[in-house]
Amino acid sequence: MSKKRELTAEEIVRGIRNKEITAEECVTSIFERIHEVEDEVHAFVTLVENEALKKAREIDEKALRGKTLGKLAGVPIAVKDVICTKGIRTTCSSHMLESFIPPYDATVIEKIKREDAVIVGKTNMDEFAMGVSTETSYFGPTHNPWDLSRVPGGSSGGSGAAIAAGETLLAFGSDTGGSIRCPVSYCSTVGIKPTYGLVSRFGLIAYANSLEQIGPMAKNVYDCALFLSIIAGYDPKDSTSVRMPPRDYTSFLKNKVEGFKIGVPKEFFGEGTSEAVRKQVWKAIHKLEELGAPCEETSLPSLEYALPTYYIIAMSEASSNLARYDGLRYGYRIDRDDADWSTVYSRNRRIGFGAEVRRRIILGTYALSAGYYNKYYLKALKIRTLIRRDFEAAFQKFDALIGPTMPIPPFKIGEKIQDPLALYMCDIDTVPVNLAGLPAISIPCGFTEGLPIGMQIMAPPFREDVMLQVAYTFEKNTSYKDRKPPLK
Amino acid sequence: MAMPKVKIGLEIHCQLTSLKTKLFCGCSSEYRGKDPNSLVCPVCLGVPGALPVLNRAAVECAVMAALALNGKISDRMFFFRKNYYYPDMPKNFQISQYDRAGGVPLAVDGHLYMEVDGKRKKIRISRVHLEEDPGRLIHLGPIDQSPYTLVDYNRAGIALLEIVTEPDLDSPKEARILLQRLRSILEHLEVFDGSLEGAMRCDANISLAGGTRVEVKNISSFKEVERALTFEVIRQKDLLEKGLAVERETRHWDEVRRITITLRTKEEEHDYRYFPEPDLVPIVITKDFIEEVKERMPELPEARIRRFMATYDLPRYDSRVLVGDKALADFFERCVNLYNKPKEISNWMMSDLLRYLYESDLELSESKITPEHLVEMIKLIDEGVISGKIAKRILPEIILTGRRPWQIVEQEGLMRITSREVLEKTADKVFTENPKAVEDALVNEKAIHFLVGQIMKETKGKADPELANQVVRERLQSIKRKGSLR
Amino acid sequence: MHLSYLQGFIMKKRRISKKEVEHIAWLAHIELSEEEKDLFTGQFDDILGFFEKIDEVDTERVPPTYHVLDLVNVYREDEVSLSLPIEEALKNAPKRERLFLKAPRIV
Repeated sequence: MSKKRELTAEEIVRGIRNKEITAEECVTSIFERIHEVEDEVHAFVTLVENEALKKAREIDEKALRGKTLGKLAGVPIAVKDVICTKGIRTTCSSHMLESFIPPYDATVIEKIKREDAVIVGKTNMDEFAMGVSTETSYFGPTHNPWDLSRVPGGSSGGSGAAIAAGETLLAFGSDTGGSIRCPVSYCSTVGIKPTYGLVSRFGLIAYANSLEQIGPMAKNVYDCALFLSIIAGYDPKDSTSVRMPPRDYTSFLKNKVEGFKIGVPKEFFGEGTSEAVRKQVWKAIHKLEELGAPCEETSLPSLEYALPTYYIIAMSEASSNLARYDGLRYGYRIDRDDADWSTVYSRNRRIGFGAEVRRRIILGTYALSAGYYNKYYLKALKIRTLIRRDFEAAFQKFDALIGPTMPIPPFKIGEKIQDPLALYMCDIDTVPVNLAGLPAISIPCGFTEGLPIGMQIMAPPFREDVMLQVAYTFEKNTSYKDRKPPLK
Repeated sequence: MAMPKVKIGLEIHCQLTSLKTKLFCGCSSEYRGKDPNSLVCPVCLGVPGALPVLNRAAVECAVMAALALNGKISDRMFFFRKNYYYPDMPKNFQISQYDRAGGVPLAVDGHLYMEVDGKRKKIRISRVHLEEDPGRLIHLGPIDQSPYTLVDYNRAGIALLEIVTEPDLDSPKEARILLQRLRSILEHLEVFDGSLEGAMRCDANISLAGGTRVEVKNISSFKEVERALTFEVIRQKDLLEKGLAVERETRHWDEVRRITITLRTKEEEHDYRYFPEPDLVPIVITKDFIEEVKERMPELPEARIRRFMATYDLPRYDSRVLVGDKALADFFERCVNLYNKPKEISNWMMSDLLRYLYESDLELSESKITPEHLVEMIKLIDEGVISGKIAKRILPEIILTGRRPWQIVEQEGLMRITSREVLEKTADKVFTENPKAVEDALVNEKAIHFLVGQIMKETKGKADPELANQVVRERLQSIKRKGSLR
Repeated sequence: MHLSYLQGFIMKKRRISKKEVEHIAWLAHIELSEEEKDLFTGQFDDILGFFEKIDEVDTERVPPTYHVLDLVNVYREDEVSLSLPIEEALKNAPKRERLFLKAPRIV
């Protein structure tokens, strides 16, 4: 069977509509690939091959009978295991939720189902989305298709690796402090963290709810824009969801950046940035200048404090969001619970949660506790205001801001896992955008010794159109997206 | 044994029972009598990924209540998370409101007036806010002996109004009066129905002079509040008299054993780690909104009392008693609409009706009597068909069974005897059987009552008292005239 | 591989004691083994040192950001919607008794 999996989502939708290919062919091709490489990549926690084929056949039936097909008809989609899928196990890659089967679909899942997309499985992640490498997963790490001994990034590492390995065309991720942008950067794919409030969080298992968004991950900018158009939009079930008229983000994809003024904050090129990353990203910036977008260095001084600010807020919210996991209504429960409820809860949580999750819950509890609330949590919220103001000021001058997505290229599995702080440092370029609620996209901008490097484009709130246009133009004028990882 | 100086403050939780749904989700709020866990959804069950959305009507009800309690309404209020673990908490945090750390509750600095022993007393209300109810726990036996706990989340997420008073209450009795007053106000606003089980619960903070503040939790009604607090006062008084210290702690009121107990759980640690709820946005309450709510506000108790006094010419005391229980006041007005005799209706309600309800431990709504019944009964008296005495006799049956007064009277032949013939015959019997009394009656006015009473007894209360009286007097006159006993 | 702004700080006295870690872990309802308490206490010391960087910023007259959006007054109407079927609601519960969830004893 020809490699249907090498098509793009755009091509599949067109192909099925024009009766050139069938959904069943596409889905079968994807599962062939999954069976080929999954043992090495380990991108998935749960696969739903039978259901996927059944859905594919239903779509082909629909097509045969001339019915209108959805905008993602036949496109295989992988779902990060932090998003609730009714009837399909949703684990957050944690022992705590190993057998949890949600009784409802997240709003974004309802949306893609309505558009006839085909869910192929749930992808691996850092436990409860806490991490940058997918190494804290209870089910073992995912391996980067570009170098199987290295991390794929995190926390949406499974989704990033699955796309890069050809195991899916589109994938859902979630981004709290860089969890979409990091893996797409490390796996040389495209991913968007939308403006806060653009995509419904109903059904997103919460880690830090004032910071996170569900976002699209794909092989290229067009597919990503198509995916975003479908999942964005007001949801009455999410009180933080914004009422906006629906937009077709693919309509903004023009090959032109003339007139866009781009800022390059120097804080994104701090001391921890590796030479290779610095070199490659500046090369990309010069390319954009060549294409007609003046780029100018600038400074957002409060970004220096973004990392501790982010972690204090995220851990504090996490300590409360994860309080519900006590083994009573769902989740891990010790078998012999003939002790009082407080002891049983504490034991369930000790066994159900991995070390990093427990660390963050305890630290978050500390940051909110009496006597420390003002020093940590409240102070962090004030610095958050300063960071927002810095971005607002920058966007008075610039249409978009650019920098590296990650300070260093993908590192080896096991290299940093013993040192929590070392891992936290990797988020330095991605967290500011979550603190300010801004949209950002990460696209491939080069390689160093075969390892992918990503570039991040940031825009003002709800100006995904600007960043998409810049990203699309860059992609069209370079050939990074055509490079394939050295897998079978 | 002098009663020590007592200070009590209450933290009262009232369900907004007029709402059809819960505070943050669309599950029905009518959980009483339903199967456990049958009225839950991902939101109120705390399923991962679910998000709260605020019930608009809850804000309207809450603002109305805060206005009735003379509170200062915040123009911008937030929801906060109150973080603590307990099996009745689906998320192990409660979405509530807070008044520190940047938090702004619905209203602060209110007050209400109540009457204690004829004197008017002002009770200050420090804050009013909205929060969600936890689920219900069921134990096997007393809470500290149950081997496990059963949990039902039907109640989880129900909208609660939390009303916190300053420690202005000086006795358990005052606490009960406050709760009754609060109930009356909230019922008149039509946001609350106090007859529903568990609709009003409270915690109390109680301290005696020389002791420390003890929190008593799990008080489920106003009947219980006086009992629980009286127990606590005595318990603390005993300790102080023995020279022992009163421990500053949280105690649990056990309704069944009628004692407060220490639960010895470590939840006394009150570090709730409040922070603003990220999943909900602030609520801006405009002056226009408050005006709208004011316009729609139903008549408050104070106003209703004044109206009863003016319109129905009732004394203040009667008006207060009736309006003190909205159900009674409503019943009264419906009666008056059917039969314009307010004083008579009020008398019957305040004496016999209320007494019987109290003795049978029934709420008016639990009884079967309707305004139509009471009015019919009073008309029967006014038309001379039955006597007042007979009415008193049949009233309990009407209350318990809802049978129509006329039905009872007819079936049991209770009609007033107005036939002179019958009464003459009865008087024959009575006079024959009571010669001594007759002799007395000839000289002593008071003894006439005895003879009349005997006729009433003979006729089982059905004799028309006036006619009986007349018959007796005429007979006595005739004896006097004839100068001999028949 | 710490970034340079961490190299500046000197480790003086512990920022958090093992006892405090025990207390907070209890508040968070997470049991810890003795080894974990020691390990975490050390790691927390480092991480809290990293957090302390925020002390450098003057936020005297800066209001906190509670929400990044300017949304207010988001409501739903008081209309009943379908609840979950009881079996759906209970199906993930590890322990149940009839239609109740079963929790351990209170005391």
